[in-house]
Amino acid sequence: MSERDARDAEGYGEGLATRSGDVATFDGQGHSLLDAIQHKLHARPEFVPLIVLVVSVAIFGVVLGSKFFSPFALTLILQQVAIVGIVGCAQSLVILTAGIDLSVGAIMVLSSVVMGQFTFRYGLPPEIAVLCGLACGALCGMINGMLVALMRLPPFIVTLGMWQIVLATNFLFSANETIRSQDIEAQAPILQFFGEKFNIGGAIFTYGVIALFVLVLVLNYALNHTAWGRHVMAIGDDPDAAELAGVRVARMRISVYTLAGLICALAGWVMIGRLGSVSPTTGQFTNIESITAVVIGGISLFGGRGSVLGMLFGALIVGVFSLGLRLIGTDPQWTYLLIGVLIIVAVAIDQWIRKVAA
Amino acid sequence: MTREPILTARGLVKRYGRVVALDRTDFDLYPGEVLAVIGDNGAGKSTLIKAISGAVTPDAGEIRLEGRPVHFTSPMRARDAGIETVYQNLALSPALSIADNLFMGRELRAPGLMGKIFRKLDRKEMERIARDKLSELGLMTIQNINQAVETLSGGQRQGVAVARAAAFGSKVVIMDEPTAALGVKESRRVLELIRDVKARGLPIVLISHNMPHVFEVADRIHIHRLGRRIAVIRPSDYSMSDAVAIMTGAMEPPDAPAAERADGAGP
Repeated sequence: MSERDARDAEGYGEGLATRSGDVATFDGQGHSLLDAIQHKLHARPEFVPLIVLVVSVAIFGVVLGSKFFSPFALTLILQQVAIVGIVGCAQSLVILTAGIDLSVGAIMVLSSVVMGQFTFRYGLPPEIAVLCGLACGALCGMINGMLVALMRLPPFIVTLGMWQIVLATNFLFSANETIRSQDIEAQAPILQFFGEKFNIGGAIFTYGVIALFVLVLVLNYALNHTAWGRHVMAIGDDPDAAELAGVRVARMRISVYTLAGLICALAGWVMIGRLGSVSPTTGQFTNIESITAVVIGGISLFGGRGSVLGMLFGALIVGVFSLGLRLIGTDPQWTYLLIGVLIIVAVAIDQWIRKVAA
Repeated sequence: MTREPILTARGLVKRYGRVVALDRTDFDLYPGEVLAVIGDNGAGKSTLIKAISGAVTPDAGEIRLEGRPVHFTSPMRARDAGIETVYQNLALSPALSIADNLFMGRELRAPGLMGKIFRKLDRKEMERIARDKLSELGLMTIQNINQAVETLSGGQRQGVAVARAAAFGSKVVIMDEPTAALGVKESRRVLELIRDVKARGLPIVLISHNMPHVFEVADRIHIHRLGRRIAVIRPSDYSMSDAVAIMTGAMEPPDAPAAERADGAGP
């Protein structure tokens, strides 16, 4: 006991003796309505774009009536959104790891060109050519992933470079030559598979739309219910913490970029279906459109937060605004203006949700 | 009285260029004890801890776990051997839930086809175990196991990190400055946690600058100076200012370190 007294005398031990019974209590704080909303959105970030989507469909439906609110018009939106939505899936994965992929559009186009040229220039069976195209996309993505994960270069720079490299490769390889729709239809209809339509009571779906939905559901499952998905989120959150907790960060990054490349190649295949032809000059705006869908969909550009469902809603919001405003007959610039506003609002909401921390 | 140490190191050397961080240092941890490691900044105590936890591979020397030589090339290997570390930055993912964080890197897969083919996680089981582990450490006042870690206070986060280490550390738990970032009340809670983990039989290596905390929970104190262990003392035999004096070189270290006699009992 004299020990302790001595320590106390030295001024070290004050507070030791007065150990209170109630140690730090771990209870919750009072919730106002706004707090509750903030917590809800924190848990389910796709709610904001879903609400915006429902409200905008309702408004356009009221204003335009059956011209807009018909199975035909609504499924037309789906068809128009399919390609951006699929590329948006790839973009979502990369952005969830706190990266960005500027090469998605270029990879998509190159892959579609590979599918077309391998069939028509080299005479490969179209099924094999499709596989080659998919492999090409995955390879491009893997190069991105290795440069980001192993060389530790910033994703923005890596994919900015790859964008130019892949796009130039695309023009050099294709010799800027378009493969005509009639030729594809006659000799390799499988290339147009995702453009095939079927009608359910006035609602017209393409296989491309189905591919989009299946892909979104599969990725949503993978991100939420597999270890791989949890690791994607953890890397976007804090890569150092993830590494210490036992996540193999470099391997995960390579797998994410490779998968993103593969999904872009799938988008390239779907694009052949939508256009009918293989053209090396399409897809110029797919990069920006996919990032727009991701951001409006509530996925944080800082990584680790958001859901691929949100991205789908984001892509649909853009589609609804485009078609709705065109049917109203406004200048198309209004569409861009409103989408710009939506992007800024979405990021502001993301910042607000981030402040949920106690 | 002659219990075997669970974790020992002999003659560890680690050089960074011309800087010698570890200079033939020794280390002993006995079963069931709380061993504090103190040392001035740059004394090499964090390098020592990194060597034990696998984050650093020593240039020379030997580490033995339960008598068998071990060579850790990464923290993962040390973890597989049963040594868990609570890092100063906690290594938690703020946006993920408590349960997700507890099982990060060693998730459980659902039984049957869903787990095998679709690699579905066994959420229910992971949540149940997480709840159990937190209750064992008296942390179940955390309301919701699916709450994101960033909605917790600093002490609660520390609690989650400690629970993770205690849940999976089968042999040794290392804690790096667990109270450094916390207020008085939350520090108290973490010290309680250290006692709780000790009560479950796990030996703990505690790195800390906070002398009152060290003297409160440690059974023995390993004092590190200039890359070596210069003394091991019992908190009951020395005052805090003596410990600081030995640590800074102001006082001669005692000749016969208490390291040799470890009965695991507290002061």
